[in-house]
Amino acid sequence: MKGPPLAAPSYMRTLLFGLWLAASSAFALDAATIDKLAFGDGDEKIAAIAALVAEGDPAAAALLQAAADGELQTSGKRVLIVKGEEGVDAATGAKVSPLPADREDVILNNRVRRELGGAVAALKLISPDSAARLAAAKELSGNADAAMLPLIKKALARETDTEVKQLLELTQATLELKTGTRESRLGAVRTLGLSTNPNTKMLLLGLLEKSKEGSFTEPDEDIRIEAQKSLRALEGRLAWGERAGVLFTSVSLGSILLLAALGLAITYGLMGVINMAHGELIMVGAYTTYVVQNLFRRTAFFDWYPLAAVPAAFLVAALVGMALERLVIRWLYGRPLETLLATWGISLMLIQTVRTIFGAANVQVENPSFMSGGIELFTGVVMPWSRIYIIAFAAFVLFLMYVLLNKTRLGLYVRGVTQNREMASCVGVPTARVDTWAFGLGSGIAGLAGCALSQIDNVGPNLGQSYIVDSFMVVVLGGVGQLAGTVYAALGLGFANKLLEAWQGAVLAKIAVLVFIIFFIQKRPQGMFALKGRALDS
Amino acid sequence: MKRRIFIKQLAMSAAVAAIGFGSSSLYAQGKTIKVGVLHSLSGTMAISETVLKDVTLMAIEDINAKGGVLGMKLEAVVVDPASNWPLFAEKARQLLTQDKVAVTFGCWTSVSRKSVLPVFEELNGLLFYPVQYEGEELSKNVFYTGAAPNQQAIPAVEYLMSKEGGAAKRWVLLGTDYVYPRTTNKILRAFLKSKGVADKDIDEKYTPFGHSDYQTIVADVKKFAAGGKTAVVSTINGDSNVPFYKELGNQGLKATDVPVVAFSVGEEELRGVDTKPLVGHLAAWNYFMSIKDPTNDAWKKQWAAYAKKKKLAGADKPLTNDPMEAAWIGIHMWKQAVEKAKSTDTDKVIAAMGGQTFKAPSGITSTMDPKNHHLHKAVFIGEVQANGQFNVVWKTKGPVKAQPWSPFIAGNDKKKDEPDGKTIITK
Repeated sequence: MKGPPLAAPSYMRTLLFGLWLAASSAFALDAATIDKLAFGDGDEKIAAIAALVAEGDPAAAALLQAAADGELQTSGKRVLIVKGEEGVDAATGAKVSPLPADREDVILNNRVRRELGGAVAALKLISPDSAARLAAAKELSGNADAAMLPLIKKALARETDTEVKQLLELTQATLELKTGTRESRLGAVRTLGLSTNPNTKMLLLGLLEKSKEGSFTEPDEDIRIEAQKSLRALEGRLAWGERAGVLFTSVSLGSILLLAALGLAITYGLMGVINMAHGELIMVGAYTTYVVQNLFRRTAFFDWYPLAAVPAAFLVAALVGMALERLVIRWLYGRPLETLLATWGISLMLIQTVRTIFGAANVQVENPSFMSGGIELFTGVVMPWSRIYIIAFAAFVLFLMYVLLNKTRLGLYVRGVTQNREMASCVGVPTARVDTWAFGLGSGIAGLAGCALSQIDNVGPNLGQSYIVDSFMVVVLGGVGQLAGTVYAALGLGFANKLLEAWQGAVLAKIAVLVFIIFFIQKRPQGMFALKGRALDS
Repeated sequence: MKRRIFIKQLAMSAAVAAIGFGSSSLYAQGKTIKVGVLHSLSGTMAISETVLKDVTLMAIEDINAKGGVLGMKLEAVVVDPASNWPLFAEKARQLLTQDKVAVTFGCWTSVSRKSVLPVFEELNGLLFYPVQYEGEELSKNVFYTGAAPNQQAIPAVEYLMSKEGGAAKRWVLLGTDYVYPRTTNKILRAFLKSKGVADKDIDEKYTPFGHSDYQTIVADVKKFAAGGKTAVVSTINGDSNVPFYKELGNQGLKATDVPVVAFSVGEEELRGVDTKPLVGHLAAWNYFMSIKDPTNDAWKKQWAAYAKKKKLAGADKPLTNDPMEAAWIGIHMWKQAVEKAKSTDTDKVIAAMGGQTFKAPSGITSTMDPKNHHLHKAVFIGEVQANGQFNVVWKTKGPVKAQPWSPFIAGNDKKKDEPDGKTIITK
């Protein structure tokens, strides 16, 4: 299929038509191939893609790219490339205007899209832009077709970028493994040992497979030995990637638990208020984020809305919390049962209020674009940006809280009041006002948690209820009155949950963690870290 | 004026009495027929069920505008069981005993259906259930207008096994932990085994309702997929789907490598999810909004106008989906059956339901099976597009008869393909 097919009448006609329109002759693609691509079944489409790749000229590349981007449409017998409101005829390159009304999308399924992705990538290997080449080489790894081997070899010969070169060599190795000579196959197996692609494992395992009669399917012993070596190297690397993945997911879950529990560590841990409305303060923060996001939606600064949403979520939740303290909780200090009931009632009222204003259904908080996608640091382990940002955010909030409690006058007051109210009052600390501020701070931090959670979880009126149990678990496990304990407990629970989930599944992991906490609290009611001193006696 | 209204009412009640002669239930209800709507409007299932309430109300409005049923207007009684399964039973009892509804349209999850089933059987009520489900149930008091496993799950898996679908060799069966995913996966496992798939190539995983951390699951799927061409069959229900698909997109698990076919994800569930990274993932349904058919076009227009008029959430982007279509078919078939039976009496309506036909928005004329309380439906498999719609990549030649008793579960071959009158006891 190299070069233009000869003497196809439709092709000639197309060419003449193209010349007549004085259009670029680069658009002279074989009409029959285009027809197959647009109207054919799966097999025909794939054949057409292969033919277009073999042609390798810019027009074919443009056509394939358009098909991959979903810009290919048909109108009757004509095939069009439609970009927005403008369309060109795929065969001639002539501009079509106005666009016919009866256009239909060319439907591709996964199988065709896979071939198409490989084809577009193969054609991009000769792109002058090294970033484009790298993306193409990545796309091709594990997705290359034997027919692309010459193209890849050609690209390798002129490639200068080491990263692209490495990827291409691996892809070449995968292909040569199937078709090459004994020498090239041996080399290929050795190269594959350097791979970081999990799919390579399957390829190597295939070499070591035994047939039903007990003989190896791969007759060459040298290749088998090399495959064994490469497999071991690869498995080692994959195992490390896996460990890194578990570590990351554990820290990520831990950071979410920490964020959810930090506010409670102040209101419950330091102040001793059993605040059942804590979850709803998280929800208030999440809804504030939603409102701010909506305000930014029509502007060009949509990606920056978290910058406004973070302080807004803090302020709104803090104000709600302070109002709560002033109006209800201050009258109930020292009466834990009443506090529990009152705050629980308030939580129901907050849920209903939100339901009335925003509706019972979940609302959609869209991630800013820099928080979508992920980064692959280890083999096969993608760390989503949203989670990385949340881990950083949790660390940031923790740091702020530490500074606030330990380095500022307000923090000093809060610690003083919680440790010995009478004494603090005697030396002139306005204890009632400090209570309000401290409760506001705890609530505001819950609002920050809501802001972060809105990026990964569903935002609905019931958001808080799914976190209230977790939050109390973290604070109680860590030890009431201890910030450091909260941090350890959150991370510890994150690890326990993720390790168990990997081993026994999500449902059992959740149950097992609960059972563990029950036993732990039985043994150590004061939590992991107990406050020592006279303060607790009061 | 007053006298005229009085005369009108007299005439109307006379007409009602004439039509409803011999049917005690009509006398009891006076001028309107009460219709129960039992869908969660809050909680984890609200994402899916709220629109079913709306489409049922639209159908009622539509039927009333065209003269009602038997000359009487329908009156909707909407209750919110709040994704709380025991509350479903309570609300169902309230609908049947206090409101005395003639028929109820409701439920989404199988656990909610199982919760209300004893109530409907005890009080001889009538329930129309509009969602695809796992089968293994056939109650005289329920009409199932969604798909049975052979009308959704099995064809989807067959497609993924085919060359066109990517020839998957390994399977991850991923679901929410309750009766529908567990039973569906039991059927699928038996089906896969009958096709020669070994146990080591099937990985079954469950998450709790409302689960939101899918990092480990997606990472596990990736690892599993390194062992051969893998497909994921997802029976995740409710709003957990949003974090699941977000995680898939963020971790870069592409449909060309590992396709995910979902049985509970439609246009509505994908609203607000960035679908660009999800292009190519699949769903199997008996209706897609993108189906090109005049009936569908008219229905979509009607829905868009209704959503705008009622200022429904999401009216700026009105979406239709399969359970909505099933709810729409259900209420219209009920209307036809009532008109045929000339009564809203439960037993008479049940007798009149068999063999009813209705031109459904999917472009297919759906038929209610004469015996087994299920619809004959066509099966479509669609791939997610960048705009959140599905492109149909495969469909059955015509309507398929439902098999509520899947042949892939042992002992089902002895069960009768019609309600046997016995109260259903579920394991």
